[in-house]
Amino acid sequence: MTAYDLLVAPFADFGFMRRALVGVMVLSVGAAPIGVFLSLRRMSLTGDAMAHAILPGAAIGFLIAGLDLLAMTVGGIAAGLLVALLTGLVARTTVLREDTSLAAFYLISLALGVLIVSWKGSSVDLMHVLFGTVLALDDAALLFIAGIATVTLLALATVWRALVLECVDPGFLRVVSGSGAATHMVFMVLVVLNLVAGFQALGTLLSVGIMMLPAAASRFWARDVGGLCAVAVLVAVLSSMAGLLVSFHANLPSGPAIILVAGGIYIVSVLLGPVGGLVPQRLPAPHRAG
Amino acid sequence: MLNRLGAAPGAVHAAAVRFRNATVGYDRHPAVHHVDGDIEPGSLVAVIGPNGAGKSTLLKAVAGLIQPIDGEVRVEGCPRRRIAYLPQQSEIDRSFPIPVFDFVAMGLWRTVGLFGAFRRPSDVRVAEALGAVGLAGFERRTLDTLSGGQMQRVLFARLMLQDSPLILLDEPFTALDDSTAEALLDLVLRWQAEGRTVLTVLHDLGQVRAAFPTVMLIARRVVAFGPTDTVLTPAALRTARQMTEAWDDDAPVCRHDGPDHRHAAPGHGHAAHRHEAAP
Repeated sequence: MTAYDLLVAPFADFGFMRRALVGVMVLSVGAAPIGVFLSLRRMSLTGDAMAHAILPGAAIGFLIAGLDLLAMTVGGIAAGLLVALLTGLVARTTVLREDTSLAAFYLISLALGVLIVSWKGSSVDLMHVLFGTVLALDDAALLFIAGIATVTLLALATVWRALVLECVDPGFLRVVSGSGAATHMVFMVLVVLNLVAGFQALGTLLSVGIMMLPAAASRFWARDVGGLCAVAVLVAVLSSMAGLLVSFHANLPSGPAIILVAGGIYIVSVLLGPVGGLVPQRLPAPHRAG
Repeated sequence: MLNRLGAAPGAVHAAAVRFRNATVGYDRHPAVHHVDGDIEPGSLVAVIGPNGAGKSTLLKAVAGLIQPIDGEVRVEGCPRRRIAYLPQQSEIDRSFPIPVFDFVAMGLWRTVGLFGAFRRPSDVRVAEALGAVGLAGFERRTLDTLSGGQMQRVLFARLMLQDSPLILLDEPFTALDDSTAEALLDLVLRWQAEGRTVLTVLHDLGQVRAAFPTVMLIARRVVAFGPTDTVLTPAALRTARQMTEAWDDDAPVCRHDGPDHRHAAPGHGHAAHRHEAAP
């Protein structure tokens, strides 16, 4: 088997592989920087919780229109935004903190979702919702994912300074500008949008993977926010390509394959990453004079 | 050099703070109540008092972060968003990977904002501010590599860039060595010389006597307010020390007839917090 057979042929020969590749790569560009900010704000698990929160919306869409991407997407976005909004509202107006408030709402949402799916779906359908269908992305889905990635990048470019400031010194932002809450909401909306885009390709459970694993890995390769985002995007794109190839050659489901490759890169980063990786930390290095 | 950072004396609009029977606190319990007094434009005031006296809470009210329960805290000559405020316990996430340069540059928020371009003059101003606090060469260091004293100097550099007519400092010199504290105090004095109004919470009475012309001594109420030597009397300090710190959950509603004020009681009365911009 030549390198061409191994790396290029699957994409050159099969349209569905090309579509899958484009879909996940475009998804990576938007989702990875969002993951970086989630991790910097110690909200790494928020993505996971929000992914669960999306479920009932997708399920209601499914209930109304069957396995229709548009209906499930609209439902997912609505449910995700509702949970994000309620969480923010309770966290900012009562004694509950953001994490507790989110936990409460996402659990309610998740239970509702499971209830709705089991009420009228077969287990095959449930598997679709949970694990996605990256190899069956149609034009509409591709355009949708690309649209969300575009919105994400434009929005990030717009709120970048406020977002960094809200992460590093929220008190200061509160004094110099009233935009703290607005910035946070814009960010949460981006999280929801990217998760919904992700569940088209990877399913509700795994869409968080392409967001968080590259972000986690990037901490071992870069020192500032811009660098982290660049590394995270690169890791996500590489994982997408490698994951699809692995899934093609080994006849494995593509979603888990992509996320597992990202997981592998994460573990290598923890071990060998030059910024605080375990091995570089332990290498004898004489300290400098000043 | 500093003139380019902070503008020449006189160019800074003078800001005043006026307390009118102001009560600030939490959950209807006053941290400090019935505060009256005027902090005139360009003055340098030390706010002192025992722990729990309400110093930080008073400063937060001036910064507009909390509303007075009763009475009025009015800031004149400085819109709320322009006030430079250094909290005692900041919410800064020092593990966030951001270089010192970028962090200090946040002080330019008012002029640069969300989208403003960051051109050479801005770079120069940030570099000058870092130079003024003795941190030239620290531009690329990240926050997590700084010592406590270095971090405090970084915060002062940012305050400097905010170029505010009203500067509020909550225990700015705590946990600093003598030379760092002296260097930062020099900056504070220079701010006043430039015409800015500076309100500083302090504990070091020696420092207050040496450098601050005006003192507000509080102990959940104003014990004394005025020129330093008239305020820091043994009697006043003894009074302040005898303050009760505890909240009494069953405390009766406070009845107080201020010297020149209408009868007022804490609760949700005609609380107001107004900031008026300079004309």
